[in-house]
Amino acid sequence: MQRYLAQKLTIYILTFFLAVTIDWIIPRFMPGNPVQTMLSRAALRAEAVEVMRGYYLRAFGLDVPVWQQYLNFWKAVFHGDLGVSVYLFPKPVIRVIAEAIPYTLAILVPAIVLSWIAGNKFGAFAARRRWLDNTVLPLGYFLTATPYMWLGILLAWGFGVGLGWFPIAGGYSFAMTPHLSWKFVLDLLWHWFLPFVSLFLVMFGGWAIGMRNMIIYELEADYVQYLESLGAPRKLIRRYAFRNAVLPQITGLALQIGTIAAGAVVTETVFSYPGIGKLLVEAIQNQDYFLIQGCFLFIIIGVLLANLIVDIAYLIVDPRTRRGMVGEI
Amino acid sequence: MPLLEVQDLRVYYQTIRGDVKALDGASFSLAEGEIMGLAGESGCGKSTLGRSLVLLKPPMKYVEGRVTLEDFSLPIWDREKMNAFRFSKISLIPQYAMNALNPTRKVKKIFTDILATKGIKGSQVLPELRRRLEMVELPLDVLNMYPIELSGGMKQRVVMVLSTFLNPSLLIADEITSALDVSTQRAVVKMLVDFRDRRVVRAMIVITHDISLLYQIADSILVMYAGKLVEKGTTEEILRAPKHPYTRFLIASLPDIGVRYGERKLEGVPGCPPLLLQPPRGCRFRERCPHAFEKCLEEPPFVAIGPSGRQVACWQALEEHA
Amino acid sequence: MKGEKGKKPKNEFLYFAWRNWKLRLGLAIVLFFVVLAIVGPRLTPHQPWAYVGPPARPPSKEFWFGTTMFGQDVFTQFVYGLYPVFLVGALGGGLATLIGTAIGFTAGYRGGWVDEILNTFTNVVLVIPTLALLLIIAAYLGVRSFFIQAVFIGCTAWPWTARAVRAQTLSLKAREFVDLARISAARPTKIILTEIAPNMLSYLVMVFILQFGGAILNAATLDFIGLGPTRGISLGLMMQMALLWGALPLGLWWWFVPPGLAIALLVGALYITNVGLDEIFNPKLREM
Repeated sequence: MQRYLAQKLTIYILTFFLAVTIDWIIPRFMPGNPVQTMLSRAALRAEAVEVMRGYYLRAFGLDVPVWQQYLNFWKAVFHGDLGVSVYLFPKPVIRVIAEAIPYTLAILVPAIVLSWIAGNKFGAFAARRRWLDNTVLPLGYFLTATPYMWLGILLAWGFGVGLGWFPIAGGYSFAMTPHLSWKFVLDLLWHWFLPFVSLFLVMFGGWAIGMRNMIIYELEADYVQYLESLGAPRKLIRRYAFRNAVLPQITGLALQIGTIAAGAVVTETVFSYPGIGKLLVEAIQNQDYFLIQGCFLFIIIGVLLANLIVDIAYLIVDPRTRRGMVGEI
Repeated sequence: MPLLEVQDLRVYYQTIRGDVKALDGASFSLAEGEIMGLAGESGCGKSTLGRSLVLLKPPMKYVEGRVTLEDFSLPIWDREKMNAFRFSKISLIPQYAMNALNPTRKVKKIFTDILATKGIKGSQVLPELRRRLEMVELPLDVLNMYPIELSGGMKQRVVMVLSTFLNPSLLIADEITSALDVSTQRAVVKMLVDFRDRRVVRAMIVITHDISLLYQIADSILVMYAGKLVEKGTTEEILRAPKHPYTRFLIASLPDIGVRYGERKLEGVPGCPPLLLQPPRGCRFRERCPHAFEKCLEEPPFVAIGPSGRQVACWQALEEHA
Repeated sequence: MKGEKGKKPKNEFLYFAWRNWKLRLGLAIVLFFVVLAIVGPRLTPHQPWAYVGPPARPPSKEFWFGTTMFGQDVFTQFVYGLYPVFLVGALGGGLATLIGTAIGFTAGYRGGWVDEILNTFTNVVLVIPTLALLLIIAAYLGVRSFFIQAVFIGCTAWPWTARAVRAQTLSLKAREFVDLARISAARPTKIILTEIAPNMLSYLVMVFILQFGGAILNAATLDFIGLGPTRGISLGLMMQMALLWGALPLGLWWWFVPPGLAIALLVGALYITNVGLDEIFNPKLREM
């Protein structure tokens, strides 16, 4: 068990190291010298120049050797000093991101958890029930093949524009200012619903199919044959098969987190939902490089944390990893 | 009255090219306390016979035949109804015993789960379980372990205990020694005999490639070829004085103990077994048989010769006897 | 399937392939879009970005899929946008399959420290969210082409393939026929070519199909965010334009429905083809 966790942690630390390095390298060594571009853009606003130059010297320090620039960047990262947003001047990047995180988590976490549970249940139920299987399967594949943004656009068009049941943009109504009241919470939920459903549906299709395929493999396993030979009822067999099929689905969740994060980015863009994804896209459109860097860093951190949580969940569910029988999943 | 009576059992495999007649009419019986070896090359239908008595499912297809165990007529064609007889009356130690246990459940949990389906509480049978584990020389700790923590031989013995736990009347052991090393094989064989001697099971069919193994364990041997029964007799009779030319080849090509001949082609027998999609008329061994004559174009009956209950399906042997 | 020696496996493969509705459905849809991508541009007299008609018109005889806010022909954009879908899918998916197979196979076959290093590397790249990485790379690249997009996608999408191929290699390596070949002192390349590769080929075909679909989705997402190729038209770009220029509130559904539907159908069809192939290669999964 310790070995398993240690192995995983090593990989995550390596990944983090690599990601921060990429984050540092790309703006510096890309053609067109983006840093220069950014500085000259910032120069258009008189009050920005001083702030930008200050950060520039601290974080980039182009007058010191490259390795020291790199170390300085790490120092800045650990101090949470990610620079100042040009596009939302003079807000520090870290604060801009902190404000966006709750929205992203609000749609992502429930969508991931609920779609995983519902998809698994449904896929297991459909497996080897011919009629259901043959309808669910194409539908499920169609759903997971759907680009996240397209499903979002369709939902917004149908339920937002067509039926007028839900708003199609924003995290809360334009006329409101955030405060703690039932009215505001309901308004938040009202705006939250469509982006959530949009993410939920695409993922649901994927989990349902994954589970269906896993169960079919499990039902062919030797231990199932043996149970059948011993006259075990279907119920017990399905219970065993489900339990075993869930394990690769957990691994699958870990593998999917990156894709899901990408799905959140475009879904937020479709609904103008004020999370990290929308922020990132806006930063890209406005060439706000510090903000881009910050968003990338936080997406990486989020993905790594999510992976860690999934690993721990796996550890709890699979006795083999707990007893150190299996090196990796 | 015999313990098990199988009459004219036919089980085919469904394939895209039509039915493969893997078991084409088998009639035999098993006496109380008998350990019968079932031998033959791979693909001869011996596993089909064993499996169809316990779990007959697609692509296997029941065609006809009756199976009577004790006083019950077994509904082997009905997957659901057979559940009442499986485990309690007729049980199986499968070929794949190494993988037969759910890897993510503790052994104890596997026992209690499966016993619960027969309405038996796990806690009630713990003393008996302890006794049975002792019988196969397993420590009690295995109950708290996961199958992957057990060695191959240990898993096999756990399966043996589980399969026989309800004292089934008939136990079918399907190629259970093929994955074991020689010394473990010997121990497993001894345990099987033990099961019979202690009346855990009332009769046993041991399916194997390995005739030398049958020499150590079986009271009688039934030889199959290309979906047909060709000869049955006591172990002594079959090994010392085989009547059917195929049995003779089988015994003659018997290699040293522990080597499985089924994986090689039979030495000295030209040709290979006929395709069972459309088996030839008459004796199925005809084309490979050095003694074949015109009568062999007709199918030989599987009949008793002599008072000992010895049976053979060969025109030549019948004529010699007559 | 016992007792059926001497049959021709090729025939059996074709038989099951034809009998499998998943394979037939999947291939039919894919083929339909391939034909449309080839023939489509010849069916329309317009150019994708040309202003050829009145703005925001619903589908009509003249403009089959209607027109955009600016009076561009949606059908023209659609059929021209199909071509890069296949280009990026084949190139990106192919590259990812190639890299993944090479790394996974080497790791699995060589074992030892080579495996240790390659496997760790694979796991690290696996954890990095591909799209976020593509985003920041694309964001800094001034000029982008379909080719560059495909290469980037191929270079980031391989890790799961490497893992799967590694596992597959390990299990094949453990089988008897490879042992036999090794005992008889066959050269490694010979073992790989004659024993392992044929057994893995069906698997690699399926991996490629999945990577193909994945590359299409990744490219569409990049295009949608506005980080697609700087020139040319693509389905993802169409959706971005539609959203950007108010197709939603104005209800110009003909602008955003076709591109997304085409991607979903195409990628879904690829996945279903894969299930069909899986059932053919794995007799246990066939419906009885």
